[in-house]
Amino acid sequence: MSLKYITPAERFKNYLPKDYVELVDYGPFGKTQEEAGPGNMGQFKELVEEHPMCSGCWMAYFIRLIFASLPNPQETVTLGTAGCGRLAISQAAVPFIYGNYGDQNAMASGLTRAFRLRFPEKTKDVVTIAGDGGTMDIGFSMTMHSWIRGEKFTTIMLDNEVYGNTGGQSSGMSPKGAILKMAPKGKDFEKMPATELAKAAGCVYVVRLSPTNIKKAAKVIRRAIFVAREVGPTFIHAYTSCNIEYSIPTEEVFQDAKDKEKTRFQFDEYMTDAAKEVIERVEAEEKAARVARKAEKKEAVN
Amino acid sequence: MSSDTRPKLEKKLVDMNYLLKEAPREQHFITGAQAMAEAVKRASVDMAIAYPITPQSEVMHLVGDIYAQGHIKEYYRAEEELGTMSAIAGASRAGVRLFTATSGPGLLRGLEAIVSWPGHRVPAVLGVLTRVVNAPLSIQPDNIEMAYLMHCGAVMLHAENQQDTFDMTLAAFAIAEKVDVYIPVAVATEGFFVTHAKGYVDMTPEDMALNEFDPIAAPVPAMDNETPPARIQRDAPVQKSNFMSYLIHSVWQQEIWDSNKRAMKYIYEYLGGPIEVQNPESDVFVVASGCAAAQAREAWRYAQEDGLSVGLIKVRSIRPFPIDEIREATKNAKKLIVPEHNIIGWLCTEVKAAIPNGGIVVEGPRVYGGMTLPVELIMKEIHDALGLEYDLKL
Repeated sequence: MSLKYITPAERFKNYLPKDYVELVDYGPFGKTQEEAGPGNMGQFKELVEEHPMCSGCWMAYFIRLIFASLPNPQETVTLGTAGCGRLAISQAAVPFIYGNYGDQNAMASGLTRAFRLRFPEKTKDVVTIAGDGGTMDIGFSMTMHSWIRGEKFTTIMLDNEVYGNTGGQSSGMSPKGAILKMAPKGKDFEKMPATELAKAAGCVYVVRLSPTNIKKAAKVIRRAIFVAREVGPTFIHAYTSCNIEYSIPTEEVFQDAKDKEKTRFQFDEYMTDAAKEVIERVEAEEKAARVARKAEKKEAVN
Repeated sequence: MSSDTRPKLEKKLVDMNYLLKEAPREQHFITGAQAMAEAVKRASVDMAIAYPITPQSEVMHLVGDIYAQGHIKEYYRAEEELGTMSAIAGASRAGVRLFTATSGPGLLRGLEAIVSWPGHRVPAVLGVLTRVVNAPLSIQPDNIEMAYLMHCGAVMLHAENQQDTFDMTLAAFAIAEKVDVYIPVAVATEGFFVTHAKGYVDMTPEDMALNEFDPIAAPVPAMDNETPPARIQRDAPVQKSNFMSYLIHSVWQQEIWDSNKRAMKYIYEYLGGPIEVQNPESDVFVVASGCAAAQAREAWRYAQEDGLSVGLIKVRSIRPFPIDEIREATKNAKKLIVPEHNIIGWLCTEVKAAIPNGGIVVEGPRVYGGMTLPVELIMKEIHDALGLEYDLKL
């Protein structure tokens, strides 16, 4: 139903907003990653276009990348909470649920189970996308409990190491010593070990990254979603700097991301055996499908 | 979610009018907690989420049992009430029928999520098995938590006894899901006095249940990528500007409170109306809800035996509050006595606000902290109101 649900009747198209019609015709719904994926962002109608994020915002870029990487956008629901991220996520062309403060993983627990009872034969992807405060401070218990309970959905933490949306307060994910609002003498305890907590709590696929490489970032986002479908909770911890609160000149945002990749955001990918099995199987299937499509194309040309 | 080995049950599915008014009933002697769970059993609930707190726990244990017996499709124990109530909100977006319950401090812990259910148009049913709100700690019945729930837009019913608990819990599912309502319904009753005490309950057959939840009929479509119209968020207007944000919030909240008002006709349809009036010609009325209404009923019975001219008004619906009905029923009254199980007297405040002559309202008697409400205290007020002597012996 889901693709049909998005697609309007041909004659009705005349009466729909142009933006919507373009999304159906030129967006990523029902398309492959080669047709409309991270590799050709800017060349198709993307799920995220307008957003009110600051100029040079690395988080806005990563959110755009998340949506371009979704394996099945027409069957995906996202959830989030207060923070900069939701300003862009709520304007993506994918259903977005905004509840209360830090409750995204609790809501996703209910949503995922209810989807599975209503649509046992279908795959609905549930992805929570929240900031470091929403995921690791105010939402900490709900995040941890969803992992401990083994809930089958993906958690993505947009870590800008600060409460950006409320004006630059220190968070649990801010580095020790950072002078921020509410830490006027510098934060006096360490950055929380989010990926270690995720592993301890039972996440079956955990990645820490600074998304400097589009292909690599897209690959791990997709892996996290594939594994969550079958095995258990998955977690992506991504560095998405706040150039405003950390005073990073716009032209240095990318360099900053590369620098962080060498320090506290070193790439780390963890997976259980069961997760690995799913990844190998799905990626082999994807590869086979790619090869088949290429052969088909070649055949058509000849 | 391993393979489901629970039995597959065959039930006759019926509408709420048939279930409440026509279906055969058989009398059982059960606790209030059992009555609530038995109602859930007959409501084709898809999913229930439990978190323990005394005195609610018994209800959600029993709901767990009926899940294991195959009456409910999904059930789990959450880790605290904010997570529970948020998960209910999340599950509701998938288009399923939901139930949970809590008590006193648990209600307050979950309140941030619960008070957003009406705004999120979550038509879940919430059992409120009343209990003291700390501090000092007490686990005893006291319905002060209901005062905190009264201003969020949810429909609130208050059950006097085990029979009410059964009927109101069933009716709550139908009321919540009406197209012109579609907000949560809370069914409150006193912890221990009702939940842990047995009473006679006329129950419908176990193999007959309410029609399944119909997500297609919902006025607010599920976010399931299935139910049209397509709900893909290209443009979140609330985010656009402060002007749009307060405009949208205000019209949305108006709609919620209008929905709350529209629930009244269904309270008439399923429960016979928001109030029950005995001896409508009386000068003096005892006005009460929940367990206090049971005590008020007993005082009223004594008064009848003594030949005193006293009426009884039982309030079934706290939200929407029956302003017109109470005003009409008390238009010739000289005194209204409002006994309550809480210290602030929220029902008293509501009654005073509903009538043009609030001075006729006697503030109490009230008990709190979980003690019982002696009928003698109500009798004393009745005698005072009638200008008669009463030798109060407790």
